[in-house]
Amino acid sequence: MTEAVIIGVGLHPFGRFPGKPALDMGADAVRLALADAGVNWPQIQGGYIGSYEVANPDAIVGRLGLTGIPLRGVFNGCATAGTAVALAARAIETGEHDLTIAIGLDKHPRGAFAADPSVAGIPSWYGQTGLFLTTHFFGMKINRYMHEHGISHETLARVASKNFGNAAANEKAWRRTPLTPEEVLASPVLNYPLRQFMYCGPNEGAAAIVLCRADQAHKYTGKPVRVRATALRSRRLGAFEVQSPSFPVGEVVDSPTVDASRAAYESAGIGPEDVDVAQLQDTDAGSEVIHMAENGLCKDGEQERLIAEGATAIGGRLPVNTDGGLLGNGEPIGASGLRQIHEIVLQLRGAAGERQIPGTPRVGYTHLYGAPGASAVTILST
Amino acid sequence: MTTRTEQLPVAEDLFTWPPGDDNPLRLIGSECADCGLVSFPAAPACVRCASTESKRRLLADRGTLWTYTTQDFRPPSPPYDGPEAFEPYAVGYVELPGELLVEARLTEPDPDKLRIGQPMRLTLVPYTVRDDGTEVVTFAFTPAEEETS
Ligand SMILES: [Zn+2]
Repeated sequence: MTEAVIIGVGLHPFGRFPGKPALDMGADAVRLALADAGVNWPQIQGGYIGSYEVANPDAIVGRLGLTGIPLRGVFNGCATAGTAVALAARAIETGEHDLTIAIGLDKHPRGAFAADPSVAGIPSWYGQTGLFLTTHFFGMKINRYMHEHGISHETLARVASKNFGNAAANEKAWRRTPLTPEEVLASPVLNYPLRQFMYCGPNEGAAAIVLCRADQAHKYTGKPVRVRATALRSRRLGAFEVQSPSFPVGEVVDSPTVDASRAAYESAGIGPEDVDVAQLQDTDAGSEVIHMAENGLCKDGEQERLIAEGATAIGGRLPVNTDGGLLGNGEPIGASGLRQIHEIVLQLRGAAGERQIPGTPRVGYTHLYGAPGASAVTILST
Repeated sequence: MTTRTEQLPVAEDLFTWPPGDDNPLRLIGSECADCGLVSFPAAPACVRCASTESKRRLLADRGTLWTYTTQDFRPPSPPYDGPEAFEPYAVGYVELPGELLVEARLTEPDPDKLRIGQPMRLTLVPYTVRDDGTEVVTFAFTPAEEETS
């Protein structure tokens, strides 16, 4: 099978852009990715485009060029962008296309995500009585995790502080004001133990990546980034997942993140010890802590020491969310995973500027998790 | 107060209604006829074996707190239809031994007064009042120690 490599990345800033349609942000991101790859839109043979809010994201061809290519819309909850990348890579690997694109774009209204529970197959009373909030799950998951594994409130605050600090060095990030752990701990509790500055917010943005066959990469770039593995898993019975009115007693089953992560490592022939830089779903500071372990990057409970030592900071042993993560960038769902890959590609090229991690990173890792209990992992390498 | 406020359950067949001496308050779940998996709310199809045969099962009214959080901001409406004047509340998963873990409101809103492993008991709370004065009630769990005090 042919290997897929990334030859171009493009990112529209994440934030709030009144009056600018999501499709225009997407078109900007595509143009940046095409320019980075040194290709023109008519050369692209097919692609995948993800969005939550835009019903017909494939309408973007009206802004880019009506070339007749198959451009397939995808939506897979918070794993949407991971799905778009996986399918675009698969189209290369199977020989369907030589040059593909993965695009993500979104434009969410302010505030917590609100929807009728029926869209998630859940009865109305669950929403009426105030249980249908994804933030509850994150509060409850980290609360139990802290109880079981000795994680402190200070550690949650350090994670948030680190990500806002990284975002301050990222001109495309949304929340660029550095915050000390003390300032994070002084913000109001939203869902105990999580505070205002420990949560990311839905917002707007777009990202795109151009992929080609590995054996043709030399035509475009001297620094292709290899797509070593993509994996997507949904929740299994017994896992503790978002939007669950109940779940069975008995042995706790691994989250879809653990399942996707193991599948990706196995497929890549790369282990967690080889990862030089990671982008983990930090919907909240607690999620980053938990996801470090669920992705095999440390053992449960080790986070307390690792984070205190600065291991996950730029310059640490395992930098996590060097671009500020979701905390610093916010979450336009369709684009979020492509923003993660954009950052990893910059880091592996040695082109991340102020945020560049030291040494010669070879392996990068990205991870998405969210409703309704889906996780997507991508492993990239030079 | 002399007027008796009318009460309605937030949904039919979610819990026994109206609860009384001959009809104690219980959550109404289901049990798969083929593999025995217990579900709440009652599920027409089993998520373990996909069987569509199930029977009604009243769940235990006592359990222990598995985890919890608080809700300190008013959730988006819709779907939330609680009162405009927002009172923070707590939410948790209560483990009903041998049955399942169920997510519910908790009557104790102070996280410092909640702990994982705490015994809990099923109760009802009026969580909102309709324009005509009807109270709408939902299920909740309350710390079981409160009973003995
Ligand atoms: Zn069954």
